[in-house]
Amino acid sequence: MTTYEPVIGLEIHVQLSTSTKMFCGCALSFGEPPNTLTCPVCLGLPGTLPLANERAIHFGLMIGLALESELAPRSIFHRKNYFYPDLPKGYQISQYDEPLCRGGRLGEVRIHRVHLEEDAAKLVHAGASGRIHGSDASVVDFNRGGTPLAEIVTEPDVRSAAQAREWLTLLRTTLRRLGVSDVNMEEGSLRCDANISIRPVGSATLGTKTELKNMNSFRFLERGVNAEIARQEALLRAGEAVVQETLHFDPATETITSLRSKEEAHDYRYFPEPDLVPIAITLQMLDAARGDMPELPAAREERLVGLGLNAGSARQLAWRTELGDFFETALEAGSAEPQPLANWVCNELVAVVGDADPATTSVTPQALAQLVALVVAKTVTPANAKLVLDRLATDGGDPAQIVDAEGLGSIGGGDTLEPMVDAALAAHADAAEKIRAGNMKAIGAIIGHVMRETKGRADGAEVTRIVRDRLGV
Amino acid sequence: MSVTDLTGLTAAQAVAAIERGETDATELFEAYRAAALADELNAYLWVPDGAPDSPPPAGAPLAGVPLAVKDLFCTQGVPSQAGSKIIEGYRPPYTATVVAKLAEAGAPLLGKTNQDEFAMGSSNENSAYGPVLNPWDRARVPGGSSGGSAAAVAAGSAPWALGTDTGGSIRQPAALCGIVGLKPTYGAVSRYGMIAFASSLDQAGPLTRDVADAALLLRHMVGHDTRDSTSVGFPGEIATPSAERLDGIRLGVPEELTGDGIEPGVLDAFHATLELAEQLGATIETCRLPHAPHALAAYYVLAPAEASSNLARYDGVRYGRRAGDGGDLPEMYTRTRSEGFGVEVKRRIMLGTYSLSSGYYDAYYGSAQRVRTKIAEDFRTAFDNFDFVVTPTAPTVAFELGSKVDDPMAMYVNDYCTVPMSLAGTPAISIPNGLSEGLPTAFQIAGPAFSENRILDAAHALESAIGFDASGGRLSRGGMPSTSSGRGAGGPAEL
Repeated sequence: MTTYEPVIGLEIHVQLSTSTKMFCGCALSFGEPPNTLTCPVCLGLPGTLPLANERAIHFGLMIGLALESELAPRSIFHRKNYFYPDLPKGYQISQYDEPLCRGGRLGEVRIHRVHLEEDAAKLVHAGASGRIHGSDASVVDFNRGGTPLAEIVTEPDVRSAAQAREWLTLLRTTLRRLGVSDVNMEEGSLRCDANISIRPVGSATLGTKTELKNMNSFRFLERGVNAEIARQEALLRAGEAVVQETLHFDPATETITSLRSKEEAHDYRYFPEPDLVPIAITLQMLDAARGDMPELPAAREERLVGLGLNAGSARQLAWRTELGDFFETALEAGSAEPQPLANWVCNELVAVVGDADPATTSVTPQALAQLVALVVAKTVTPANAKLVLDRLATDGGDPAQIVDAEGLGSIGGGDTLEPMVDAALAAHADAAEKIRAGNMKAIGAIIGHVMRETKGRADGAEVTRIVRDRLGV
Repeated sequence: MSVTDLTGLTAAQAVAAIERGETDATELFEAYRAAALADELNAYLWVPDGAPDSPPPAGAPLAGVPLAVKDLFCTQGVPSQAGSKIIEGYRPPYTATVVAKLAEAGAPLLGKTNQDEFAMGSSNENSAYGPVLNPWDRARVPGGSSGGSAAAVAAGSAPWALGTDTGGSIRQPAALCGIVGLKPTYGAVSRYGMIAFASSLDQAGPLTRDVADAALLLRHMVGHDTRDSTSVGFPGEIATPSAERLDGIRLGVPEELTGDGIEPGVLDAFHATLELAEQLGATIETCRLPHAPHALAAYYVLAPAEASSNLARYDGVRYGRRAGDGGDLPEMYTRTRSEGFGVEVKRRIMLGTYSLSSGYYDAYYGSAQRVRTKIAEDFRTAFDNFDFVVTPTAPTVAFELGSKVDDPMAMYVNDYCTVPMSLAGTPAISIPNGLSEGLPTAFQIAGPAFSENRILDAAHALESAIGFDASGGRLSRGGMPSTSSGRGAGGPAEL
């Protein structure tokens, strides 16, 4: 049986977090009442003219730099013409054959281009379907209309739905790190369409592709792409052909329906936007964009590995910017070593804060560093240190003081532990006998006894050492 | 002063009369408002109920001399319909930059003037609100698309007017009505608030009784506008023209625009003025604009292409006319636009849509852009050797109403001499050049970008020498054609 390989390219729309819209001075919308953030320009009233948002161009250049793109010294806006109620001018101002950025790479995926455009308004369909077909009426909210968008188009370098999801996560982290967007898929500030085809493994020719839209979460992206791959595979196995078309993914039912076929595709009649002069990138603009570039996740990952972190920790800290920042601040406090500290941030701290930014909790990076140092010095056992962390998360405070106040300090010295071990051996003579006979599993009873006596503060390894010493095994 | 005396003044003379205290802004406004209300040429689509409540700002350079404004300029709260039914009664929530600037300079809105729908036409017969009549002969067209503005100024119902020029829409109606019309350098005047026809060509300009008024109005129109990214403003100030001679001025006469197709009477008047220019000290030589014969073809690809996109917003969703509410969305669009647009507008939308279509773009739009570049190069080369390029403005005098409406090509040829400068983005003025068969002819002076001051000076010198008698267009004369012929009555018009 033929084995198929998917070939996937992604088109990502990113709402830029400028303070004003792409071509007018209206503020961006964050759920204000409908049609309150509008003006003659973004309503497309007769006689109005667009003005390109300098900040959006700045953000576009930063994205281009982050994606290692070639920044065009001169790029132009085009009009993309089609009729729809969410498009008040009857055209979208976008970029076509002279985009702001060309080429580039992020991770293992090559970038085709990055361009700037304006978002459409929001259509709300009254009626059961929630879509324009079959709705009783539709109303338009122009608050969103004109929001600046960067469209990022990849080369068809993605080979699986899981890879698509993982790569999009890297892109989101990169964009968040740049500070150019909220990059929230559920709220629509990050949107991803996928161009999908499949071909027999080993084949160099591309199959017929479809464009899948409306995957509005990372989970749905993975599910949608997988569903489309399966649909195409089933078609080919049945001896049928894949038809080039635009598809709609319904997250509720996870079904795929056709939006329009190739024959129904719009002829957008692109032509240069005569109301806007070309974007000419000056050295000052380039310097400003370079000057605002933070360290990006890929570079941070590499640097963290250089600090001695293992690959898993390095990626987790680099891809979750807020964890990485927390880690680095804690490391600067100087009391903890990188890897143990990274383990505590990536595992125990994440277990406490979940998806939240740890900077918003009461745990300070300095406190975590101290706590990790106490663990490493065996002043507190890992189990008790987790209790300390819980206290830090709710009340804050100083780890050492919490340990003292709560009596959570380890009991590790021979003077204290040895009499306890002796007592335990006496109380569990049968277990002691088994250990002597070589059954080390029986040591659990001795350790358990000591732990009960010390309320968990004993160092299990130290107890084991004393038992072996006493019994000569 | 009597009402007739008041409306007989040029705008500059009216400013002086107000400053001398011989009249005031309200009296002048009411005199013109009465004339506008009495207009029988269908030049006006809207006239206010009274004079402005507040007087012009103290020290305002235009002193309150009222201004007629082409319908397509957006004026807050006042109908701004671009001569179209599709936005009938549309009252914008804002005012076009140039109208606001002129109001601030002391030129209040006298009325909105009729025009070809969306500025598409050369006869004003494409207005959804009926044709404008030529004050020299009411059986004839005033030209277009700024026909209402031109007719109002020629008839004396407005001291001056704003128009827009895309391929000749100021200069050609100025020519056919015997007044002065100037198309500035593209970018000198803000386009913000002008209902767009073809964005890369549209430019606002003055229609006035004489050259001095054109300079005065233009002085307060130019300037960079932060709301128009294509506006560049004007280097320096527009001066008051004063030249009486043309010593050392080199005039180039392009053979491509002064030969076949120009009516003999028009051509005779043109050559007579060339002789006058020589007497004033100018040198006259033939020049070449090799690509000018292709200008009209390029224009009728580019302008409709832009228009097809600019006019997409009239879809019945947000404002203006909506038809077919009972059907689905495509039906609503189709019926709205079928009923709302006139024949010529639809023709150009179809032309433009076609030439931008996938597979045709390069052959049409791409080729036309290349021709446009060549024409701009032609002018640059010409201006290396000449101060100005001069031509007749329009190939004929005003033609009879209805005579060309069924023949688009015959209509388009009206812009033969004006379109090349539009494509090049360079300034040009049309001044009255005597009569042929009792109707005005006109002389066009085109210069390099931002040479408006020199153009106005040259036009001023020629204007004095030509001595055009504008009285044939005045309403007070009953709109009858002047009995004078050939070069006009001789001597400056009595005002």
